Amino acid sequence: MATTPAPAPATRRRTGGTRERQSTHEGFLVHRSGRWIKISATLAAALILLYIFVPLPPQHFGSSWLGYTLGTVGALLILWLTMLGMRKRAITPGGWSLKAWTSAHVWLGVLLIVVGTLHSGFAFGWNVHTLAWALMMIVIVSGIFGVTAYATLPRALSANRYDAEGAITEKQMIEALRSLDRQLHDAAQPLDPECAHLVGRSLEQDPFTGSIVNRLTGRYPQDETRKAAAELRRLRAHRPRLADDPLDKVDALLTRKEAMLARMRRHLRLKGWLQAWLYVHVPMTFALIAALSAHIVSVFFYW
Amino acid sequence: MSAASHAAQLQLNHVLLEKTDHLSDTIYKYQKGKHVMATPSQLVLRSDQEFDAGKREDILGRWNRRTEELGVNVKYNAEVKSIRGTGPAIEGSVQKIVTRARDGTSTTTEVQRHAPPYAITLTSGEVVIAETVVLAIGTQGNPNLMRCPGGDLPHVTYQLDDPYAVLDEHIVVVGTGDAGIENARGLAEDSAQGNVVTVLNRSSKSANVRESFATAKEPNAKALVEDDASGKLTIRYETETKAVEPGWITLSTRDGEERIRCDRIIARIGSAPPRGFVEGCGIEFASNDRLAFPTLSPQFESTAPGIFVIGALAGYPLIKHCMNQGYDVIEFISGNTDLKPADEPLLEAKFASLPGRRRVNDWLELLRTNIAILSGMTTLQLREFMLDSDARFYQAGATIFEKNDPGSSLFAIAEGAVHVRIDPRDPSKVVPIQQGSIFGEVGLISGRRRGATVVAAQDCICVEISRNAALKLQSQVPSARRAIERISTERQLLQMFGSGLTPDDVREVVDTAKIMPVRAGDSIITEGADDKDIFVIRVGSMIVEKVVGGKPVFLSYLPAGSYVGEMALIDGGQRTATVRAAIKSEVIRIDGEAFGRVLAAKPALLARARADMETRRATNAFVESKKDGFSGVVDLYSEQAKFLVSQGLGEATDVLLIDERLCVGCDNCEKACADSHDGLSRLDREAGKSFAHLHVPTSCRHCEHPHCMADCPPNAIHRGPDGEVFIDDTCIGCGNCQRNCPYGVIRMDKVPPKKPSLLSWLLFGSGPGPGEPPYKWSKKNTKYTGDPVQDDKLDRKKAIKCDMCAGIEGGPSCVRACPTGAAIRVSPDEFLTVARLENEGA
Repeated sequence: MATTPAPAPATRRRTGGTRERQSTHEGFLVHRSGRWIKISATLAAALILLYIFVPLPPQHFGSSWLGYTLGTVGALLILWLTMLGMRKRAITPGGWSLKAWTSAHVWLGVLLIVVGTLHSGFAFGWNVHTLAWALMMIVIVSGIFGVTAYATLPRALSANRYDAEGAITEKQMIEALRSLDRQLHDAAQPLDPECAHLVGRSLEQDPFTGSIVNRLTGRYPQDETRKAAAELRRLRAHRPRLADDPLDKVDALLTRKEAMLARMRRHLRLKGWLQAWLYVHVPMTFALIAALSAHIVSVFFYW
Repeated sequence: MSAASHAAQLQLNHVLLEKTDHLSDTIYKYQKGKHVMATPSQLVLRSDQEFDAGKREDILGRWNRRTEELGVNVKYNAEVKSIRGTGPAIEGSVQKIVTRARDGTSTTTEVQRHAPPYAITLTSGEVVIAETVVLAIGTQGNPNLMRCPGGDLPHVTYQLDDPYAVLDEHIVVVGTGDAGIENARGLAEDSAQGNVVTVLNRSSKSANVRESFATAKEPNAKALVEDDASGKLTIRYETETKAVEPGWITLSTRDGEERIRCDRIIARIGSAPPRGFVEGCGIEFASNDRLAFPTLSPQFESTAPGIFVIGALAGYPLIKHCMNQGYDVIEFISGNTDLKPADEPLLEAKFASLPGRRRVNDWLELLRTNIAILSGMTTLQLREFMLDSDARFYQAGATIFEKNDPGSSLFAIAEGAVHVRIDPRDPSKVVPIQQGSIFGEVGLISGRRRGATVVAAQDCICVEISRNAALKLQSQVPSARRAIERISTERQLLQMFGSGLTPDDVREVVDTAKIMPVRAGDSIITEGADDKDIFVIRVGSMIVEKVVGGKPVFLSYLPAGSYVGEMALIDGGQRTATVRAAIKSEVIRIDGEAFGRVLAAKPALLARARADMETRRATNAFVESKKDGFSGVVDLYSEQAKFLVSQGLGEATDVLLIDERLCVGCDNCEKACADSHDGLSRLDREAGKSFAHLHVPTSCRHCEHPHCMADCPPNAIHRGPDGEVFIDDTCIGCGNCQRNCPYGVIRMDKVPPKKPSLLSWLLFGSGPGPGEPPYKWSKKNTKYTGDPVQDDKLDRKKAIKCDMCAGIEGGPSCVRACPTGAAIRVSPDEFLTVARLENEGA
């Protein structure tokens, strides 16, 4: 009998032996060499061909066998797509990958346009059925917008974080602003009350103020730092030039603060766009599920 | 203190000398309310003082009361300056003390030992005469002194009690560690103090404060640089002191000498372990290693008869050990010579599973006689050594470890023999290793996975020596070190160049081989040079660079266990590329000519070396050809590789990288991490450096030789079966690992209470949701029981770091939970290859 004493405490099992280690990697859109885009494209083509070539009643297409199949598949697909929200948050053990889920979510979601629209048989009207279709389209279009944002914005987000000294984080940006504020406060001590007041307004303004519109456009017309810098320069133009003017230092600091503010706002704008679409996508999904339930109930009771 | 208490109990004539005005200074200096651990818990406490885990105040209170009860004769504020024997000179007993200066020179002084009684001179000038001395001074040292002319003037100080009490002075702060920075900032905090503060920094100015203030914490250094920018104080870079005179200081700067005003110098230039003092007492150290301990008898008696060394200075940093030793030493002094050490039951348990039913002492004797590398150890060392090691019995045919298993322990064969399987497909191809020898040394030295499967050839007893024990062994017993080095060099060569070679073939090569340490960034081979030696990377890793079009281009990454330099030997000609150490490394330098003779004698070996060389040539040619066509791509690849090496990939085994072209900043990786591990995230996605869209977040790199393991009092940090470095439950929360980690990936925190389930959050909004709960929520929801022991447990902070989700099916949660595929885990030898260049669109 072979005795094999466990080298470490016996409770530690090997679990990572089978795990995938990569030296190169793919993003979620092309996961596994585009497995899900291929599956979705094939299915979409097949469904469109079926719709065209299978003889079906012109009226009430939804109650034909193909209609029922499409409807059932579509409804189940919608529920499954919704489950991404759960999957993302339930960190259970197991061999799942959220990237694979996202990839499938995106491409099967796009496929849903074909499934849902064919299921409607192009019979649109002002009723709960078309409402469900419209909500579905809103969800999908917002999703496509989200995918575009995910595919393009991260590069800009990352580029914005670089400077000559390497990349800085959001926290460091805020710290840098605080540090500039402290230096401004000290530098503004020798100024006359009028100028000191201008600097003070820049210090008092919370750099995060502004509406969602400000944040998403990156425009802050009420910005006190820029105003202070402009006003101080205007005032200086009318004064005699001094060798050791304290305004010099304040001006330099304000310029640096402006640059840092602009950078942080760019950062927040990009992050805003990366998240904003979800505020359409997710609530609309719940509206869609409600409308879908109404659609199913009404179809079986009143058709 | 334990010793003195026992002496008082036995009514021996004694005095306890305390440097300060209170007992137990080390614990006294702990922060208020700190929880003091009593590990190792299985060890029996043997002392007249009680000691159990608890709050600092409780323990100190109990000790102080008990000390008074026992009537211990304590002398406070008694700092010992020297201990000298006053008896006759001991014939032939001369202590050699070697002092090394910073410039590399060393001086040797000889001290004649004298027999007891000892005269103990205190700093107050008082002299205490003692028959025996028990040294329990720990390892906290004395401040390093200024060595320039005038460094002994009274205005050169080594501490600052109250920075606000210093007014209107010109002050120079030497040393840019945290202490120096805090002093300097305190002196210049308020301009009303009127101080002119200058900080001297030997490093050059850099945008990265980590480089220019390497020994300080980053926030401290940043604050100092900010103060400099705002004119509160001045930092002088690349400056050292040349000479000191009253009122003035002469500095040597990059641009020559400069004399500035100076009323006070505060030198915070580190502290030296008290080795000088200890050696001055006539106590010999086991080796010249910086970490070496004094040579002691089984009863803790040092080489100076009558002086006993216990506690941290003897190599036992844990409080319980020290207390037991104090007791044991006094027992011994009072005549009880056959007291069994307190670790006896622990050792009994270690040997219990072995066949043969021998007593502990017999087992130890067997190990010492049979195992070559242990023969130079004293019984005390061997006992201590066995506490960290395991003795195991393997039946014939049992697998001891498998190829590619992670493991950094060393095995020694006490009885029997083992076989190393050199061909994984054919179990009959084996190399035998005989009784008394060692195996597994490659894992120990390089920190990489096991290179081959080892099975027991017959029934055998092996000692598995943990990495820490093996390192200690090598520093304590020089003969063991040499034996391990020789065997490892020989085996490394045999393993690298495959079968067909025998130890006899490489004997000449091994004899001429030299082990050389290489500092990070130093090169072992320089492009264009004419030497012909071959280098084997033993520890660390190297990068290969070549100048193409006037710029160094990264060619490849060489992990430990690979060799380099064969091209010049086989084909002749100059070196074609430069090889530099990515991190602090060790290489075996093999004489080119000796190796050339081996190659000439073994055509198979030559063919194999040629094949390896062709692969490397092809890589180089590929990179160079790309360089002409798509210069930008190669530059980027090269720069990116250098960046990753600078971020610690050179010593990493498995590291989390984030592709910023895909990362949407959702922080799901952090949330997943927290939800997989007690609600605490072990990674900080946004922190850390980035280069060319590749981000190295603050997360464990699972280094080959983990810095965190270096100084863990309960030895709670291990390498697990998947290669992960993890901290087990015996962590005492001391924070050493956090300070030792150069990448700042370890946090000290307490475990938050359990959250309501995900579904109840989704449906009813109860709890804080996925991810790490906010501090406020944790505080509010911690359910205190009212029982101080339980509550203390709830509040206890422990060291927390990535364990690569070991034990969780599916592997690391951070990667699984990334929605876009931005997070990947890589090992450097797979990642830093040209394959990247091909895949990333070149």
